[in-house]
Amino acid sequence: MTDTLADWLQSEAPTSRRQAVAGNTYRALRAILTNPTALVGLIIVALLILMAVFAPWLTLGQSPFTQDLAGRLAPPSGAHLFGTDELGRDILARTLFGARATLTIVILVSVIVVPIGLAVGTVAGYMGGWVDTILMRITDIFLAFPRLVLALAFAAALGPGIENAVIAIALTSWPPYARIARSEALTVARSDFIQAALLQGASTWRILFRHIVPLCLSSVIVRLTLDMAGIILTAAGLGFLGLGAQPPEPEWGAMVSSGRDVILDQWWVATIPGLAIFVVSLGFNLLGDGLRDVFDPKSA
Amino acid sequence: MSEAPLLIVEDLSVAFPGRTGVTHAVRGASFSLGRERLGIVGESGSGKTTMGRALLGLVPRPGAVTARTMSFEGRDLTRCSERDWEGLRGRRMSMVMQDPKFSLNPVRTVGWQISETCRLHLRTGRRDAERRALDMLQAVQIRDPELVYHLYPHQLSGGMGQRVMIAMMLIAEPDLLIADEPTSALDVTVQNEVLRILDDLVRDRGMSLIFISHNLTVVGSFCDRVLIMYGGRIVEECDARQLHDARHPYTRALVAATPSLDEPRAELATMARDPEWLK
Amino acid sequence: MTFIGLTAVTFFISRLTKIDPVLSVVGDKATKAAYDQAYHALGLDQPLPLQYLIYLKRVLSGDFGMSVLTSQPVLSDLLRVFPATLELSTVAIIIGVVLGVPAGVIAGARKDRWQDQAIRVVGLFGYSVPVFWLGLVGLFLFYGRLGWVAGTGRLDVFYEGEVTPRTGVMLIDAALDGNWEIFGNAFSHLVLPASILGYYSLAYIARMTRSFMVDQLGQEYVTAARIKGNSFWRTVWRHAFPNIAVPLVTVIGLSYASLLEGAVLTETVFAWPGLGLYITQALFNSDMNAVLGGTVVVGSVFIGINLLCDLLYKLLDPRLRAQ
Repeated sequence: MTDTLADWLQSEAPTSRRQAVAGNTYRALRAILTNPTALVGLIIVALLILMAVFAPWLTLGQSPFTQDLAGRLAPPSGAHLFGTDELGRDILARTLFGARATLTIVILVSVIVVPIGLAVGTVAGYMGGWVDTILMRITDIFLAFPRLVLALAFAAALGPGIENAVIAIALTSWPPYARIARSEALTVARSDFIQAALLQGASTWRILFRHIVPLCLSSVIVRLTLDMAGIILTAAGLGFLGLGAQPPEPEWGAMVSSGRDVILDQWWVATIPGLAIFVVSLGFNLLGDGLRDVFDPKSA
Repeated sequence: MSEAPLLIVEDLSVAFPGRTGVTHAVRGASFSLGRERLGIVGESGSGKTTMGRALLGLVPRPGAVTARTMSFEGRDLTRCSERDWEGLRGRRMSMVMQDPKFSLNPVRTVGWQISETCRLHLRTGRRDAERRALDMLQAVQIRDPELVYHLYPHQLSGGMGQRVMIAMMLIAEPDLLIADEPTSALDVTVQNEVLRILDDLVRDRGMSLIFISHNLTVVGSFCDRVLIMYGGRIVEECDARQLHDARHPYTRALVAATPSLDEPRAELATMARDPEWLK
Repeated sequence: MTFIGLTAVTFFISRLTKIDPVLSVVGDKATKAAYDQAYHALGLDQPLPLQYLIYLKRVLSGDFGMSVLTSQPVLSDLLRVFPATLELSTVAIIIGVVLGVPAGVIAGARKDRWQDQAIRVVGLFGYSVPVFWLGLVGLFLFYGRLGWVAGTGRLDVFYEGEVTPRTGVMLIDAALDGNWEIFGNAFSHLVLPASILGYYSLAYIARMTRSFMVDQLGQEYVTAARIKGNSFWRTVWRHAFPNIAVPLVTVIGLSYASLLEGAVLTETVFAWPGLGLYITQALFNSDMNAVLGGTVVVGSVFIGINLLCDLLYKLLDPRLRAQ
């Protein structure tokens, strides 16, 4: 039974649109799974998602919020696998729950940045002319901004909080996607199938949305995955400065910051959350590298 | 005619391992070369360029070159160290590549690139190398050598660029020149000029020439002997003047497919490929 | 053009803030009359576009307002702290270039072999490790446990004030004074933060250099150079490398610009009294003028370096020069 399914997916001459799409997805998945870097990255990202979703069940009975001032700054032990922080809270639990803040930021930033980037880029590339010039000028302006510093200023004005951090990061991260979408759109805009769609009476919006955007998606996704590490690091940096998720919500950057004063003696308080940030960024980088090898090998 | 051949090749193979299996670019090629002009004709993928690179030890990784014999001027090429190769390349054997747009270094002047071959092999001082480069530019019939010496490749036309390439590769007076599609990237009007220059230089210096091309007509008129390659193998070896008497069906099909102004035809002949030829 | 955008954004931010700018000037206990007066003086009763123009004019003349924290004009604060950041970033970029460029060249030349894999791993870490964490771990290891370098700050406390501040760059000032003891101390304070910042620069530069190198080594002229008899490494350095020199300059410039950003967090960790620390401290104290002033400066330097790189690229490439 699986034999025929595999054959159907790998057929060189698909007979329906569904078969073609399914076949492409299957091939992409196989390419990803056989690429070692992508695979490791995928595993790490999957672990992140699992950690965030199942955090309450993974904490070995500890809570991330319960304070125990008598047992503060305890080294790793049987009861507290990663030790306790300056308020006696279990670090393992806090690290696990901290994944939620990270995942939230990742998802929210992506959801904001990709549509904006695609919209600006495809419109600019497809329309050309002064629309293109203006949109690209705006993109260039935002592109030239230093991400962290601007995010700092934003957060300073709007006050700390995870939503403001997301807005600040998103505002400084969308330009590259507009650039990518635009260059893809430019290549495609003059091609025959677009002309055919126009002749069929398709409106501009329909052309953009149903024809051009899907073609830009793969480059955008690769870039997004690669950028993700930078976004996580920026978010952690904001957290380190107290601008991300607010206490008592655990957030990895903030946890590193609180462990800062005791780094010399109770190294685990700052080191463990920092390791988490590192591993997750690494995971996204590996996944992005792998995806790029799969979708766009010539730029490796 | 009784001299020992310059180049002896027996059972040369080049294989490229890849993700989907091994690609055999060259299979069991054997030939010898004396003080003559040998043409190697084949279509894309026939292995002719790879064979040229193999003769210079420049097959890129992960390609693997194997041969029962590959000797040049009595020297066993299969046992050459990288050091040995560096002594040979440019000095005893050289290659003119196809497109000067890509085969000349964009950020070095023409003069620097030509005189570099001198500096590498002839132990000349800078001034002497410069003088030789200027002489060479003259030899390839570039009209204003002093000016061109200081130009950058992107400032040259195709024909000039190829002449610079020839100058660069012949200045150290190698015994063997491999010309890999030397005129394929040029305009038709310029091709003959460059071929003539090549002809003169090769004859004047008594060099042996291997002329690699897909163009049977040019090779037929330029060379003494011709090798026909298909699918990595040499399928035919004959005198240039006897191509029409060729025995292998692929060669006959190639000859038949060549359009001629003297014999107008209603349809150009195409060939039916026989998978037997790949064995 | 971009500068206008930058100032527009900072202006926008300043209007966004929930902190009342008037109060920060007149204080909490001002009377209504004083409040109104300040309100008018600050131009807050003008229409928004006009306010922006006033703001722009002030910024261009260097007036960033007064810092709530230091009670000094923000501009003079910025001038005071900038050299420290400059010192840190410059040493960091030197480390990045001196180590990163050869690493990238070797990685590209020995593509997919162990040198390449090793260098790529090092680079990968540089893209994944949070700088503030690395700084802390570095402090823990090299200062706390091994004692190889000095701790936070620019100088040991008892040396402070002993060097005549001429350039603001501690190493230069100490050398000019001939005070080698302080020079050594300043150096040992600089080593760790500069190395850590330098590591990020190294990762980026090495990756870009490798990528450029791989591109070039696949070109025909490289084969032609080998045919002439050049050895592999001679071809790499004397033929391929000059072709990447120009884009590499741009990359180094961009890396330098991004170091200014990374310095923000590094300075916070190492209590390095530079621009970054200034901005974060202003942040903690809701000193909006200082934060925005610092942002404009960092942003401007960022934009300035970007522009400079574009210009350099056009100047240095012989192909573009002819046009």
